[in-house]
Amino acid sequence: MDFLKNIFSKKPQSGSVAKDRLKLVLIHDRANCSTDLLEMMKNDIMQVIAKYMDIDEAAGMDINISQTTDDNNKTVPVLYANIPIKNMRKKKK
Amino acid sequence: MGEVYVITSGKGGVGKTTTTANLGAGLALMEKTVVLVDADIGLRNLDVVMGLENRIVFDLIDVIEGNCRLKQALIKDKRYPTLHLLPAAQTKDKDAVSPEQMKKLCDQLREEFDYVILDCPAGIEQGFKNAIAGADKAIVVTTPEVSAVRDADRIIGLLEAAEVHSPLLILNRLRINMVKRGDMMALEDVTEILAIDVLGVVPDDESIVIATNKGEPCVADKDSFAGQAFRDICRRMNGETVPLMNLDIDKGIMAKIRKFFVRS
Repeated sequence: MDFLKNIFSKKPQSGSVAKDRLKLVLIHDRANCSTDLLEMMKNDIMQVIAKYMDIDEAAGMDINISQTTDDNNKTVPVLYANIPIKNMRKKKK
Repeated sequence: MGEVYVITSGKGGVGKTTTTANLGAGLALMEKTVVLVDADIGLRNLDVVMGLENRIVFDLIDVIEGNCRLKQALIKDKRYPTLHLLPAAQTKDKDAVSPEQMKKLCDQLREEFDYVILDCPAGIEQGFKNAIAGADKAIVVTTPEVSAVRDADRIIGLLEAAEVHSPLLILNRLRINMVKRGDMMALEDVTEILAIDVLGVVPDDESIVIATNKGEPCVADKDSFAGQAFRDICRRMNGETVPLMNLDIDKGIMAKIRKFFVRS
């Protein structure tokens, strides 16, 4: 009856769960970068940008390390940052 | 001049020693001259997997320290006339050898043999560094599990840093039924993650356990599924183009019924 269960269940299968977990852990392994470090970096980057622009914190920002291929088709890590901005000019307080 | 291969994995228990024994025996069946070197000093196992444990007189450390000549330490496998084993020392530790000494040893061996295959210890410490020091090519063995693949990725990075370029992958202990159910990573998943070329896929097979129990590499067993996979790998090492074997052999009536339902 296993195959019927497989057909009707919507649960992600453990093989693809394994693959996704591995991908994530390897991104950090390869970049030699932990989630704590990433969080610290994110805060620092935000502080710098906040000096010059109004960051839309409510819109949610996204900073992470992912992969891309370079000119030689080798996978290299990239820092990806998506920071929504409310206003290009910082309001003077 | 022979080629020096190192069989490595990072994680222990994924089948490095079994792979080494089977590739050695398989290449010897193809009438190549082969020497297998157990580089796992202090934890030697290649001798028992090959069933040669009762014939050890000298070991790798004896050769390096000059207690005997290289020829004296080589054990000739009587079942395969061109296969030889250089066993590891059981009582010394990994610091008894240096990478330079290993490199020298590999260069000596490659003069005499078509293939020099080193069985690397698990881990990334001194033993690993010694084993890869003299190698031209590396074969990374992994199983389709998160821990083994993660360690394989680390090893691939370290091999690259040590200038052992373009390692080849052997995916060991694949269970095709679990892959079909979606409960095990497939070869494509592993190669996508590791981004290296595949040398072969070995199915999870009881015949491996039985062969290891007896000390006979299963590559010589014509009925063994895993043995067939190892024979194919040996032919690829020898430069032949051999397609990956079809692992999808369903047996029994239930499998047929299941197949019918899945298709429709």
